[in-house]
Amino acid sequence: MSNQVERFQDPGLPEHVHRNADVDPIAEKRAERQVAVLFLLSAVGTVLTIASYIFVKSDKYTYLPIMGSTNIQQLCLGIGLTASTLFIGLGAIQWAKKLMPDQEVIAERHEFRSEEADREDFVATLKENGGQAGLGRRSLIKRTMGLALGLVGLSPLVLLRDTGPLPKKFLNTTDWAAGTKLLLDPAGTPIKASDLEVGAVAQVLPELPAGTERTLENTGKDAVLLIRLRPEDFNLDAERLSWTHEGIIAFSKICTHMGCAVALYEQQTHHLLCPCHQSTFDVTRAAKVIFGPAARPLPQLAITVDADGYLVAKQPFTVPVGPSFWERNSSNG
Amino acid sequence: MKRISGFRRHRIAGPILVVAALFTIGTAFGVASALPSAQQSITTGTSTLVSEGKAIFLRGCSSCHGLHAEGGSIAPSLIGVGSASVDFQVGTGRMPMADMSQQAMQKKPVYNAQETAALAAYVASLAPGPSSVTNESLTYERDGNSALGGQLFRTNCAMCHNFAGQGGALTNGKYAPSLMGVEPKYIYEAMVTGPQSMPKFTDATITPQEKLSIIKWLQAANHEQNQGGASLGRVGPVTEGLLGWVLGLGLLIGAAAWLAMKAK
Repeated sequence: MSNQVERFQDPGLPEHVHRNADVDPIAEKRAERQVAVLFLLSAVGTVLTIASYIFVKSDKYTYLPIMGSTNIQQLCLGIGLTASTLFIGLGAIQWAKKLMPDQEVIAERHEFRSEEADREDFVATLKENGGQAGLGRRSLIKRTMGLALGLVGLSPLVLLRDTGPLPKKFLNTTDWAAGTKLLLDPAGTPIKASDLEVGAVAQVLPELPAGTERTLENTGKDAVLLIRLRPEDFNLDAERLSWTHEGIIAFSKICTHMGCAVALYEQQTHHLLCPCHQSTFDVTRAAKVIFGPAARPLPQLAITVDADGYLVAKQPFTVPVGPSFWERNSSNG
Repeated sequence: MKRISGFRRHRIAGPILVVAALFTIGTAFGVASALPSAQQSITTGTSTLVSEGKAIFLRGCSSCHGLHAEGGSIAPSLIGVGSASVDFQVGTGRMPMADMSQQAMQKKPVYNAQETAALAAYVASLAPGPSSVTNESLTYERDGNSALGGQLFRTNCAMCHNFAGQGGALTNGKYAPSLMGVEPKYIYEAMVTGPQSMPKFTDATITPQEKLSIIKWLQAANHEQNQGGASLGRVGPVTEGLLGWVLGLGLLIGAAAWLAMKAK
């Protein structure tokens, strides 16, 4: 048995096969007609689009399988626009594939590296002219030029400050203060402890000082969820228990992960679920994170009742609400 | 005047006064309790319904909820849940449960309307609770405000039931069902009673009129025509993205393959 491997023969390039349309005049005519039909279909599509826009009533509906009830005008517009653009493309491709010149061309690759002589010539020129310009000698000019070039990039950086006001304390604080009434969202009416049965929830916002308008920015950090449980269901330390009132506990609705509104409360398991990334908080243990990417529990709002029996905040939130941010005040967790 | 004051000191004046006082108090009590007694007569009128309901309860529900509806290790007490809860749970087929899965699912009701009413009457007779309603009593078309209803829905309901009422997932396989095609009375009863995972929305936090507004908005959403063709379940970017990736990208790959193929 011979160990010699048979030398692999370079098969060379495959033979160029001509297309039907190149050799058969009938096939050529057929391909020409195909391309023409595709372009004509595009024209029909445009006519359909304009005609359906003008003549089809916009409030007529038809039933289509899978799609269900569908607006006829929108359907015709969609079909027409699709046809008018798609068939131009299909026609162009068919034209290029069947009829446009089909010659095979061999393009040789070139070496990227320059000739050795050219490279040496370039270095010699650079050295000679550089020496004449005094780049090697005048260090004062070199250094001041370096300073100027280094500083010139600073002005665009400073101008970035114009992109908006600094948030300052806005993200660290909310509109909740000691004695702030809890108002139902969206009704805007104050709420009493007796208004909530066990198992009931309420979405609340703080009462703003007179003359202050509620903005989306405020709602985005002030929103609070009230939940009433049986007091014996709580598993809280003494301080957190004193923040509840007759089984009513209040949490910030803003998820500590990415700031979605957490209000999917399951009254049988006492779990709060964030719909965005499935962070799950245990209401009975001060919204401790039991699943998901949230790193901190939802901030709890201390509540009590005022002289008239309305639920009010006992104190502001002790930690900033919502997700982490660069300047977040983390002194209280 | 003298005769009356003389009579006041008569021997039998005391006993007569006591009898008169007793008679007055008794009559007053009778009149005062006339209203409750009128209601009681209605209850006695439906007492056959209650006893009928109790018979059904003992047969079909007591194995889990206890002989006196006091609840057990696998089922909650039904004392005080009211007829609304029974009408919702039994009327939509959620109760009796077919198996102990994550949550009771909607299915073909086991009991007909009359049996459901009997069960509701029995449970309502145990302790006061939210009363069941009828579709006719919910005048949401007249009293509801669909714009307000939409606002209330987005604040209070959309986190679980989706912004278009299509339902959504909860934890551990539980889910909030779709609200499309649900009868108005079941929506109302669910809000009042808070079935299963759902919290209660008391009349103080969402007034009955606001509840009608939510129902009116849901009916409007239910009958919303699909302006742009297939709504893809109205769940937003999830199905739209899936369709874009699968169908759109598939078409592009097909087109690319066709482009690169040599024509015959």
